Amino acid sequence: MGAVPAFRFNGVRRTLLTAVVLFLLLFLVAPLVAVFSEALRKGLGAYFAAFTDPAALSAIKLTLLTTAVVIPLNLVFGVAAAWCIAKFRFPGKTLLISLIDLPFAISPVIAGLVFVLLFGRNGWLGAWLEAHDWHIIFAWPGIVLATTFVTLPFIARELIPYMQEQGRDEEEAARLMGANGWQILFRITLPRAKLALLYGIVLCNARAMGEFGAVSVVSGHVRGQTDTLPLHVEVLYNEYDFSAAFAVASLLTLLALVTLVIKTWLERRGVHATRSA
Amino acid sequence: MLPGFGLSLGYTLVYLSLVLFIPLSALAIKAMGGGWHTFATVLTSPRILASLRLTFGSAAIAALVNAVFGFLTAWVLVRYRFPGRRILDAIVDLPFALPTAVSGIALTAIFSPDGPLGRALAGIGWPVAYTPSGVTIAMVFIGLPFVVRTLQPAFEELASELSDAASSLGASPAQVMFKVVLPLTLPALITGFSLALARGIGEYGSIVFISGNLPFKTEITSLLIITKLEEFDYTGAAVIAVVMLTASFALLLAINLLQKRSLKWLARKQG
Repeated sequence: MGAVPAFRFNGVRRTLLTAVVLFLLLFLVAPLVAVFSEALRKGLGAYFAAFTDPAALSAIKLTLLTTAVVIPLNLVFGVAAAWCIAKFRFPGKTLLISLIDLPFAISPVIAGLVFVLLFGRNGWLGAWLEAHDWHIIFAWPGIVLATTFVTLPFIARELIPYMQEQGRDEEEAARLMGANGWQILFRITLPRAKLALLYGIVLCNARAMGEFGAVSVVSGHVRGQTDTLPLHVEVLYNEYDFSAAFAVASLLTLLALVTLVIKTWLERRGVHATRSA
Repeated sequence: MLPGFGLSLGYTLVYLSLVLFIPLSALAIKAMGGGWHTFATVLTSPRILASLRLTFGSAAIAALVNAVFGFLTAWVLVRYRFPGRRILDAIVDLPFALPTAVSGIALTAIFSPDGPLGRALAGIGWPVAYTPSGVTIAMVFIGLPFVVRTLQPAFEELASELSDAASSLGASPAQVMFKVVLPLTLPALITGFSLALARGIGEYGSIVFISGNLPFKTEITSLLIITKLEEFDYTGAAVIAVVMLTASFALLLAINLLQKRSLKWLARKQG
């Protein structure tokens, strides 16, 4: 009696495995292959030419600059939020945690829109900004703001559960031995949470460099000035310069693959992803 | 007592106010500024209604596809041992890590009439790119990790002895799946479904390339917000955004309640 059901189960197993592998090949591997094959369609010369174009260089610079501002902002916020949430008890804590998650539930286009409403030409502060000749929308500061909005939760939500799990015994011991708050933070808490910190920074970095919807709303698409890398991909694509579009896209794809490798490595070292939309 | 509570909480609240609360209230106030009349005009505009139908409909279909394939994927990744499993497991997060514009043009390259798969599918009478199917395909891509990553821990917690016991007592694989595994992991499945749904509704970058953006046919709601902004119709853009946010929050709330009920049902069943 045993042999027949076992054989049948193997059949089910094989079918399931094949279905899943085919589904993942179609939806996850095929896009990767498509990016690189389209990028290299016109040969290596055309591929590298896509990066030496001044507009591409300016997009790379803007993307790096934006990320270099956004990560420290959200890093300091993440550490502050994790410190009060993980080490203290206070009313409204659950609400605060869900508020930090809010940007995940908001469409990136809406994230860009809110800053246009505030700082755009017809926005609340539009006239005042114009009078002072300050540019936020269709300029670099708007891109930074929109990117900060969409990447706000990443570092905080990795640090909070990790620091909660670690408790506060070591911090209290250090306090009894005379350490001040900053010493405790920099010598005990942050070193202990360094893997979660790194995990959050890697995810924040990937999203900051790759953000498209929110940045698209506030950038104004001034070529060579307010185009980030993903926006540059869009511009090239809409100009039917497909091989250049995919060449620039391949750079972002490499970034995504490196992100996945670091993420997997950190997860094997015991950092757990916290999930939400 | 540890120091720094006031400073860290104060900093957190100020930062959240500057980056989130003030901009979001600007949105609410702008949308209300036009009064109910503007809301009514926007909500009855056929172009917006068509986009809402497309966006919510496609997101629902995509979340259902992901509920099925995400369930199977998570099951295979947790229960089976096969070469390449770890790589597949890591690559499930690709839609999180890949910039949406890149996903968008890559999916278009595959599914457009010039692409390998698009040509084959168009040949059997199912054109994907520049049709509502394209919108759904992009939403399936972007939502998949949510279902897989919510179900994996649930399957890991579900002791394999339980399903082994059921099958050694004579249950068929189908019985094990539908009477043991599925009921016990239903709450996680509902969570994954709702996360995928929410992501699909709000998604922009991976959709706008493959959808073709034809008004009334393949134009998603996020894109309409941008169209309104380009016409300097800030109130119109804000109203669409508020409608979209309200609809997706209501949806998430409903699904949360459903999930709570299924948890209760589960507790009753076990108790």
